[in-house]
Amino acid sequence: MPARRGAGSPGAAAAFAGLAAPWVALALLFTVLPMIFASGSALTMLSLMGIMIVFALSYNMLLGETGLLSFGHAVYYGLGGFLTVHAMNTVIHDHLPVPLPLMPLVGAFGGLLFGVIFGAVSTRRAGTAFAMISLGLGELVASSSLILRGFFGGEEGVTTNRTKLLRVFGLNFAPQIEVYYLIAAWCLLAMLAMYALRRTPFGRMCNAVRENAERAEFVGYNPTMVRFIAFSLAGLFAGVAGALAAINFELINSASVGAEQSGVVLLAAYIGGVGNFIGPVIGAVLVTWLRVMLSDLTDVWQLYFGLLFIGVVVFAPNGIAGLVMRHEPLWQARAYGSLLRLALAYLIALGPALLLVAGLIVVIEMSYHLSVKASEGPTISVFHLTLNTTSVWPWLGTAVLVVGGYLLFRRTWPIVDAAWHNALVAAQGAGKAK
Amino acid sequence: MTAPAIRLNDVHKSFGATRIIRGVSLTVPAGERHAIIGPNGAGKSTLFNLISGRLTPTSGAIELNGESVTGLAPYQINRRGLSRSFQVTNIFPRLSVWENVRCAVLWSLGYRYAFWRGIEGLADVRERTEHILAEIDLIDRRRVQAGVLTYAEQRALEIGITIAGGAGIILLDEPSAGMSVAEAARAVTLIRRVSQGRTLIMIEHDMDVVFDLADRISVLVYGQIIASDVPASIKQDRAVQTAYLGTAA
Repeated sequence: MPARRGAGSPGAAAAFAGLAAPWVALALLFTVLPMIFASGSALTMLSLMGIMIVFALSYNMLLGETGLLSFGHAVYYGLGGFLTVHAMNTVIHDHLPVPLPLMPLVGAFGGLLFGVIFGAVSTRRAGTAFAMISLGLGELVASSSLILRGFFGGEEGVTTNRTKLLRVFGLNFAPQIEVYYLIAAWCLLAMLAMYALRRTPFGRMCNAVRENAERAEFVGYNPTMVRFIAFSLAGLFAGVAGALAAINFELINSASVGAEQSGVVLLAAYIGGVGNFIGPVIGAVLVTWLRVMLSDLTDVWQLYFGLLFIGVVVFAPNGIAGLVMRHEPLWQARAYGSLLRLALAYLIALGPALLLVAGLIVVIEMSYHLSVKASEGPTISVFHLTLNTTSVWPWLGTAVLVVGGYLLFRRTWPIVDAAWHNALVAAQGAGKAK
Repeated sequence: MTAPAIRLNDVHKSFGATRIIRGVSLTVPAGERHAIIGPNGAGKSTLFNLISGRLTPTSGAIELNGESVTGLAPYQINRRGLSRSFQVTNIFPRLSVWENVRCAVLWSLGYRYAFWRGIEGLADVRERTEHILAEIDLIDRRRVQAGVLTYAEQRALEIGITIAGGAGIILLDEPSAGMSVAEAARAVTLIRRVSQGRTLIMIEHDMDVVFDLADRISVLVYGQIIASDVPASIKQDRAVQTAYLGTAA
């Protein structure tokens, strides 16, 4: 904050404590999470979340901070992963004294290297041209991954064995819990580094270039250079994420550099919110959870995933974090009473919204069953209900749910609107009174 | 003898077959406040774009403090000590007022692309930013998003960004355009203060502002400078009167 002065004074110490507190809390959270969610599948999920957090934050260095929309960010994730696997295999083969926890450095180097190479080409332009070049480079690497079999291992990919490296502190990283803590440590380190990066002269100029590249040029900065550095560093952190994935799966294949992987990280960052640091973290956690949970529950999980993305784009363009941050002025103004009334209004509107969503889910599931799985019999099970998709009654029932839910939602939304308006007025009043 | 702050030698600029700047030669000595006036479409803004590197001349040479800057990019020209403002407000709209000025301070203090050191601890950056904000009278508005400032405040911020890097040569493109009489008077005071000890070239339509501020005036008509002299002589100049000021004056 600009008003802060005097390094070394008690104020500075307090400020440092204020900065450090969330990170200490996060480190504690990372430490205790596997004790709360101790099952094997939960540990795997937490590990995937950690990897995705690093990947999504690295993506947001481009999209959120510098205003560069990339469709090919998986290139640096995947290539970082491939280099890590090859490095691990070399270490194992030659009995080199390198422990596993250092291997993400190889991924970082790989991501940085290819970020520098491809960044030199693609960051000359911003906007649509940059997006198109990133798409082209992504396709280029994805297609060469099927041609250069020596490096990419063809369809099967390249495997490795994380337990065969030099042991430190008696850890061989065979159990998932040890891998989890390795990922958590690197995740925390990468998060800290990327957070700190925003608060540097370079980080601020990324924002300036995003906002108005031309003006940045007239205050002495070469926007191409700013974009190039941002791109290279984003590649570095994507490479770390790729290395963590390679260590986690002990396998890396051509899918890791592909368009789907590039798409997922875009969705994660966007759904979470690219406008602030915590957004991509939220998005990474949510998208990882959805990808694992939804794919267990339903075959058409990608449809729901897509609907969620459309919903965010249309109704919350600043993502989930943006929705939450909208309430910050109310919190700042200590308008707790209005916040409570607002929460009540949300609850009132939530009921009809849930009815509507539930109805839509049943319609989607029944339609999917009828069109693809009709040969398996007419009945399906949704929400612990057994429904006969060939009978007219379930369809009628869900129609009532959808239409009724929608109508009720339209009736209840003005309550939210009014509560929001009142809360804003109250917050402004409190702001003036201060 | 020191080199002039700016020297233009037979500068031409054409867009396709349209010749916008048709042989401009102009010398502005260091420390002078120089106004460029002329009717709409005379090529005043194009001339600024050529000097600041936004456009490259079709032919001719541009020198800054005796050094050729012809064909250099805007950031290279800025680093050689020239800074400009824009006719249409050109700021960082979604950054705070504080961030707007701070971004303009960084390069000149030597921080370049530093990604290895925190920005909040840089005392010289903070002090210079505070100083500029005080200068343009926006210190109380520093937390506000630049895009929601009033028009006059945005124009002040525009000047703040322009002077923040401490450039020796300042180009202001219609700094008082669209302002009320009171606002324009404040702008004149501000410009007078911030141009102290610097070379100032400004495009301006408001003749009161021009005659109030300028040491010398150049009149640009249809891509050529038809007169370049002290304000008193410009007022008397017959060619200028017919071309621009109106014969009644």
